[in-house]
Amino acid sequence: MKRNKTLKTVLALSLMATVMTSCSSDDDTPEVVNEEEIITTMTITLTSADGTATLQSQDLDGDGPTAPVITADNLTANTTYTGSIELLNETETPAEDITEEVEEEADEHQFFFGLSGSLTDVTYTDTDEDGYPIGLEFELTTGDAGSGTITITLRHEPTKPNDGTLADAGGETDIAQTFSVTVE
Amino acid sequence: MKYYLYVFVIFCSSIIYAQDCNSILIGEIVDFHDNSTLSGATINITGKNRSTVSKENGKFTFKNLCDGVLELEISHPECTTKFVTVTINGDTFSEIRLEHHLEELSEVKVIGDVPKSTNSAQENILSVKDIERNSGNSLGDALKKIAGVSTLNTGGNIVKPVIQGLNGSRILILNNNVRMQDMEWGEEHAPNVDVNANQNISVIKGAVAIEYGGDAIGGVIVLEPLPVIRTDSLFGKTQLNLSSNGRGGNVTSSLTKSYKSGLYIKAQGSYKKLGDLEAPDYILSNTGINESGLSLNIGKRDFEQGWEGYYSYFNSEIGILRASHIGNVDDLINAINSDVPSIINDFTYDITQPNQEVTHHLGKLSYYRRFEGFGKWTTQYDFQQNRRLEYDIRVGDDADKASLDLKLTTHSVLTNIKFDAKEGFDLKVGALGRYQTNFANPDTGVRRLIPDYDKYDFGLFAIGSYELNTDWTLDAGARYDFSRIDSKKFYRTSRWEERGYDLDFADLIIEDLGTQLLVNPVFDYHNFSGTAGFHYEINDKDHLRFNYAYSQRAPNPSELFSDGLHHSAARIELGDLRIKSETSSKLSASLERNTNTWGYTLSPFLNSIKDFILVEPTGVEFTIRGAFPVWSYRQTDAILLGVDASLYNNWSSKIRTDHKFAWVRGTDTETDTPLINIPAANFTNSITYTNPKWNNFLVSLESQYVFEQTRFPDNIEVFSPEQQENVILDINTPPDAYHLLSLNTEASFTLKNKNDLTVGLSASNPLNTNYRDYLNRQRYFVDDMGRNISLRLIFNY
Repeated sequence: MKRNKTLKTVLALSLMATVMTSCSSDDDTPEVVNEEEIITTMTITLTSADGTATLQSQDLDGDGPTAPVITADNLTANTTYTGSIELLNETETPAEDITEEVEEEADEHQFFFGLSGSLTDVTYTDTDEDGYPIGLEFELTTGDAGSGTITITLRHEPTKPNDGTLADAGGETDIAQTFSVTVE
Repeated sequence: MKYYLYVFVIFCSSIIYAQDCNSILIGEIVDFHDNSTLSGATINITGKNRSTVSKENGKFTFKNLCDGVLELEISHPECTTKFVTVTINGDTFSEIRLEHHLEELSEVKVIGDVPKSTNSAQENILSVKDIERNSGNSLGDALKKIAGVSTLNTGGNIVKPVIQGLNGSRILILNNNVRMQDMEWGEEHAPNVDVNANQNISVIKGAVAIEYGGDAIGGVIVLEPLPVIRTDSLFGKTQLNLSSNGRGGNVTSSLTKSYKSGLYIKAQGSYKKLGDLEAPDYILSNTGINESGLSLNIGKRDFEQGWEGYYSYFNSEIGILRASHIGNVDDLINAINSDVPSIINDFTYDITQPNQEVTHHLGKLSYYRRFEGFGKWTTQYDFQQNRRLEYDIRVGDDADKASLDLKLTTHSVLTNIKFDAKEGFDLKVGALGRYQTNFANPDTGVRRLIPDYDKYDFGLFAIGSYELNTDWTLDAGARYDFSRIDSKKFYRTSRWEERGYDLDFADLIIEDLGTQLLVNPVFDYHNFSGTAGFHYEINDKDHLRFNYAYSQRAPNPSELFSDGLHHSAARIELGDLRIKSETSSKLSASLERNTNTWGYTLSPFLNSIKDFILVEPTGVEFTIRGAFPVWSYRQTDAILLGVDASLYNNWSSKIRTDHKFAWVRGTDTETDTPLINIPAANFTNSITYTNPKWNNFLVSLESQYVFEQTRFPDNIEVFSPEQQENVILDINTPPDAYHLLSLNTEASFTLKNKNDLTVGLSASNPLNTNYRDYLNRQRYFVDDMGRNISLRLIFNY
C-alpha cells in the first residue's frame, strides 16, 4: 500500500513537470532591429577641367554576405581633381544622407587616404571647427598613365590632430574601401 | 546507525629517537567539532594483528612500533570503519579527529576518499587544499590540476574548462545538483560559478553520469558544498588572497550554523577585484575583473526525510583586452604579424569597453524522503536567470550601450527514486522537465547574434549498479531526452539566400520585411544515451575500471542560429539551421594503483563522434567597413584519442613527487585533417616537501611543459584590401611549446584553535617567461600572463 502511494506521488509530480513545461508558450513577436547610422554607399566625385569621374562603393546588406559593389571611372594622367565624398544609407527610403551627420560632427570624423601607383597626392581642402582636416573635400593629383589604388578610410572619434596615419589617429573604422583605378 | 565520518590526521610534537621498532604511538580520538574525546573506538593496525580501544579520555597507545608508515583501522560503534595512515618517526603523537557529518546519514565520507558518482568512469576529485590554493582563480584554473583537464581562455579571467579535448555545451556543470544554464555555448562565456562557493569539486570524464544529463559528451563537473555537521555548532572560514599580477585580490567567507535536529543554515560570500593583468613585457590593458558571489543554504536533514533551499548570486564584470578589439581582417593580419599589442596603456583598475557583465541567479528547493524497505525519493525545483551584457567600443550616442543583451531564464523540475533496499544492488529512476526562455534585447540597436527562443526539455533515465561480488561492480544506465527549440529570428534576406535556406526552409518564414525576414524555426530532437561499465578490484591496491558511453547532444542556439558580426571578436559567426544532434561513442578505461608509498592512474580513451559540431575560420566577407573573417559551424565525423596519466611517489615521509601527463589527438575523419582547438600534450612534474613538525610546513616546486600543438587545420587564404592581394591568414598556427615553473609554500599556525590559521605564498611563472597558449583566443595579440606572486591567509573559526 505504502509503495503504491509513493509511486502515485512520483507519477503525479512527473506529470506536473511535463505539464509545466508544455503549457507555457508565448507568441510574442520580437521587435525588429534596424541598425542605425549604417553607411551603405560612398560616392566620390572627382571633377577636373576635362569632366567628372566617379568612384563608388555600395553595400546594401551591411554586414550581410553580399560584398560591396565597387565601381571606378578611369582618370586622366597628370591632372588635379577636386574631390568630394557623399555618404548614404540606402536601406531607408528615401535614402538618408549621412554626409550631413559627418559634417555636423566634423570634429569627431576624419577621412584618410592611402595612395599607390599612378595616384600621387591628396590634399585636404576642408577643416572642422578646430581647424583640423575632415576630408569630405579634397584635391587628388594623378601622375603618369598606369594603374593605381586609393584606399579611403573614415574614422569615427580619431585623435585630432594626428600625423595623418591611421595608426596615430586610432578611433573606430566606419568605412575602409580600396578602389583600383586606371589612369590614362 | 551509520554516521558521517571525517578524518583529519594532525601530526604533533614528536621526539626523534632513531631506534628501530621501539617507537610508541600515542593517539587521541577527538570529535572535530566540539573537541570532546571519543571513547570506545577500536583501533587496529592493518596487517599487524594488533588492536586497542580508546579510553575514557579518547587516548590509545601502541608500543614497540617500527618507524615508517602505518595504516590504522578505526571503528566506532556509531561510525563506519575507516582507514587512516600515520607516519611513525620515533615516539609519535597523533590526534585523530572524527567528525559527525550528516548529509546522507547512510553514507560515509572521508577526506581524500570521497565516494565517486560512478563506479566505472574516469573520475577525479579536487582536494579542499587545491581549491584553497585556487581561491583567487577561476573554476577552470582550479580544475587544471586534474590530468586531462585543460582550459579554453579569453585572456586570464575568462576560463572555460576543457575535458579530454571537449568544451562548452559538451561539459555539464552541476552546481549544488542544479545544471548550470549560463549560455555555455560561447567561447568567451566562462562558467558563472564562484570557485569558493562549493568545496567539493569533482570531474567525471565522459557522458557516464547520465543521471545529470545525457549530452555531456565531454564530461560532468560536480560542485557540491561540504556536508554540514549534525550538532549544535557555529563555525566559519575566511580566506584572503592578494596577488601581485593584477594588483588586487579576493576575499571569501563562510559561516555555518547547525543544530542537533539536523537543521542548518550556511551563508557564503566572495568578492574579487583585479586591475589590468601583466605579461612579462607589458600591461595587458583592460583585463581587469570585478566579481562578487553570494550563496545561502538552509535545510534540514534527517534519516527519514530532509529538505533544502539554496540560493546563489554571481556577478562578474570582465574587461576584454583592448588590443584584441580589431577593426577588420587587415587589423587582424597586422596583429598576428606584430609581437607587441597595438594598444598598451598605463595600469588601471578601470574596466572600459570592450567588456562583459554577467549576472547569474540560481534558486533551488529540494526534498527527499526515505521509505523503509523501498528506497529514497528525491524531488527538486530550480530556477536560474542568466543575464549577459557585452559592451563593444561604440561611438556617439551608443557609446555606453551594450552590443549584446541576453536574458536566459530556466525552470527545471526533477524527481527520482533510488531503490537501495537490496544489499549490493542500487537502481535509480528519474525524470526531468525543463522550460527555458531566451530574450535578446533589441534596444542594443545591433542585430541579434542569438535570437529569442523557448526551449522545452523532458528526460527519463534509469541507472543501476550491481555488486557482483566483493571484486566486481557493474554499472549501467539509459536515458531518453526530448528537446524542442522554438525560435523567432530575423535573417537578412541576403543571408537567408546565401545559406540556401530559401530552398530548404521557405515554410519557416512568417513575415517578410523587405531586407529582413522573420522566421520561426521549431526543431525537435530525440536523443538517447546509455552507459555500461565495470569496476574490478584486482586487490586492495589495484583497480581497473572500464566504461562505454553512448550519448547524443542536440545543437545549442549558437550552433543553430549564430548570424552576424561578433563585434568584440571582430568575426562573423555563422550557425546552420541544418545542424542535427551529434552522437558520441566513447570507450574509456582506467588502471589505478594506490599504496602508501606510490601509486598511479593510467586512463586511455577513444571517443568517436558522429556529426561532431565545430566552428572554424572559413574565409572572409567584405563590407564597407572592410573584410571580416568568417567562422562557420559545420558537422563532420571525428575521433578523439588520448590518454591521461598520473603517478606519485613518497620518497620518504617528507618528500613526495607527482607527475602527470595528458595527450589527446583529434581528427576530422571525413577530411582526414586535424581538429581545431585540441589542447597540446602537457607534462607536469612537482616535488613537495612537508614537515608536520614545523607547523605543517609545505613547500613545492612544479614544472609544467606544454608541447607545441603540431596538428592543426590549414590556415586560410584571404584577400587583403590593404595589400590588394590574397594573403595567408595565419589564424590556425599554434604558438611554440613553453615551460613554466610555479612555487608554493604554506604553513599552519594556532591562534585560538589548533592550526586554525594557514598562511600560503605562491609564485606562478616566477621566471617571467614569455609564452602564448594555443587555447587562448588572445594569443594573436599578446603574450600570456607573467609572474604572479600571491599570498593567502585562511582562517578557520
